[in-house]
Amino acid sequence: MAAIFANIDLAFLITALVKIVGFTFMMILPLVTVCVYLERRFSAVIQDRVGPNRVGIPLTLFGFKKDLQILGIGGLFQAAADGVKFILKEDFTPRSVNTFYYWLAPCLTVVPALLTCAVLPFGSELDLSLFGVVQPVKAVIADLSVGPLYTFAIASLGVYGIVLAGWSSNSKYPFLGGVRSSAQMISYEISLGLSIIPVFMVFGEMNLSKITSFQDLNGWLILPLWGEGLSVGRWVLWIPMMFSFIIFTVAMFAETNRLPFDLAECETELVGGYHTEYSSMKFALFFMGEYAAMIIGSGMAVTLFLGGWSIPFGPVLTSLTGFQFHHVAGSTPLLLGLVHIGVFLAKVLCFIMFFILIRWSLPRFRFDQLMKFGWLFMFEAALLNVLLTAVLMIWFPLK
Amino acid sequence: MAIITVQRPKLAWHEKAFISTLFKGLKITLSHALRTFLQIAGKKPKVTMEYPEQKWDDQLPDYYRGAPALVTDEHERERCVSCQLCEFICPPKAITITPGEIPSDDPWAKVEKRPKEFEIDMIRCIYCGMCEEVCPEQAIFLRKDYAITGLSRKEMVHDKKRLYEIGGQRVGLVNKWNELK
Repeated sequence: MAAIFANIDLAFLITALVKIVGFTFMMILPLVTVCVYLERRFSAVIQDRVGPNRVGIPLTLFGFKKDLQILGIGGLFQAAADGVKFILKEDFTPRSVNTFYYWLAPCLTVVPALLTCAVLPFGSELDLSLFGVVQPVKAVIADLSVGPLYTFAIASLGVYGIVLAGWSSNSKYPFLGGVRSSAQMISYEISLGLSIIPVFMVFGEMNLSKITSFQDLNGWLILPLWGEGLSVGRWVLWIPMMFSFIIFTVAMFAETNRLPFDLAECETELVGGYHTEYSSMKFALFFMGEYAAMIIGSGMAVTLFLGGWSIPFGPVLTSLTGFQFHHVAGSTPLLLGLVHIGVFLAKVLCFIMFFILIRWSLPRFRFDQLMKFGWLFMFEAALLNVLLTAVLMIWFPLK
Repeated sequence: MAIITVQRPKLAWHEKAFISTLFKGLKITLSHALRTFLQIAGKKPKVTMEYPEQKWDDQLPDYYRGAPALVTDEHERERCVSCQLCEFICPPKAITITPGEIPSDDPWAKVEKRPKEFEIDMIRCIYCGMCEEVCPEQAIFLRKDYAITGLSRKEMVHDKKRLYEIGGQRVGLVNKWNELK
């Protein structure tokens, strides 16, 4: 017994726990609220409106003159107010539903969405020798060597939540939404998976941390502007990589049920889609699951194609200024590690802004157009792209 | 009637495949976003009016239908004679009038009646203006007050005092009870 305890690396356990809590609950979930705020504010300015600009920390409740607005930007606490509203609302369960699955469905939407963040490297590494941790801590919850496979395996579970919600609600609109969603997600998962095979072929690697480190040193996949990225081979391979990126992004929109592919909940046809019968916090869970999936999806895209946490032109900046801007395994200062986390979050936020911009710019596809597009174009394009990469790699092997 | 055949626009391949049109759409939305964002950042949104701080009260038209109120005339006389026509016409039955008699030693004794109590439930009122239209004495008018708020139902019932407070004095109306006429 004592031997077992002696073998447990306490530092590892604690750091792992801190990473899980820190990344999932202190970064992803707050990011969801930020997304909601961004969505509302960005859509507002697109439509020449002002958007939520009032909610601050309600100091007036405690007798102060004014509510506190952070950075002078009003409305940053709108999401918190929305959350409180959801909690305080009546949680109504219609009598005709299949209660067990009705309750299970929202959980099945959120849990896979949050699980997938385990393999995302959200930073390079943190040098915690200040706190007595000898080994630098890698800023990824689980450093799997099959990271993307794990992500896709778990992410595809998300469809169960939607299907179960549609089915257990025992109502026609949710049912239609659920059926549509399952068809759509299955169709686009194929092109999603196929689209990143060229990426792994190029890297010869499925460990997301290593992929990111490589991009840190040698230029991002679709922006190879420094290090070995300036070789001819990288720029020739840039063409299929760009295709990959586009197909991946489009499939990601379909996977997360975002416009122009939000057939699962399109309000004009299906009332609210699969969550029509849900209220209060159960509805909020669907909402959260959707946004969490969006964040993880953006995180994946950023990690694979846009260099994850790496600072653009990191090695170049290092040699120019003398300060360290790129990641060196084992000797990355704590400050740089924190900056890397910030860079990752910034990139993810930019990608989410792109999601939002697309949502408020494009109209929704018709369902048959959606399926046709998925099966007759995306699937073939992704397959051909694999072939193209393979052929190009005969003459331009990366390593 | 002549039949006009509308030609479908001929689209280029990149338009059919949503490639150039996608960027065109993004350009439109982004330009709107940028313009409005700069307006907001400069604290001068051109389209939206920030309601409680900015109001349009001086721009309200004369026919604006706000809260109904009772008025007095030049001689501080209550114009209402409590005929209760408004009470009967009121579609949501928001008005309750308790008629009262004017004592014989009052200078306006010949008017005979004035309301003892006049209540308008502002939760029920639909601002239709029927009361104003039906009033034979030009005693009730819809004013331009629109932000009628209260913390309880009781607060939302306007009594006689409050109604005269909102209505105030109105001059230039027909004074059929005036001896000097």
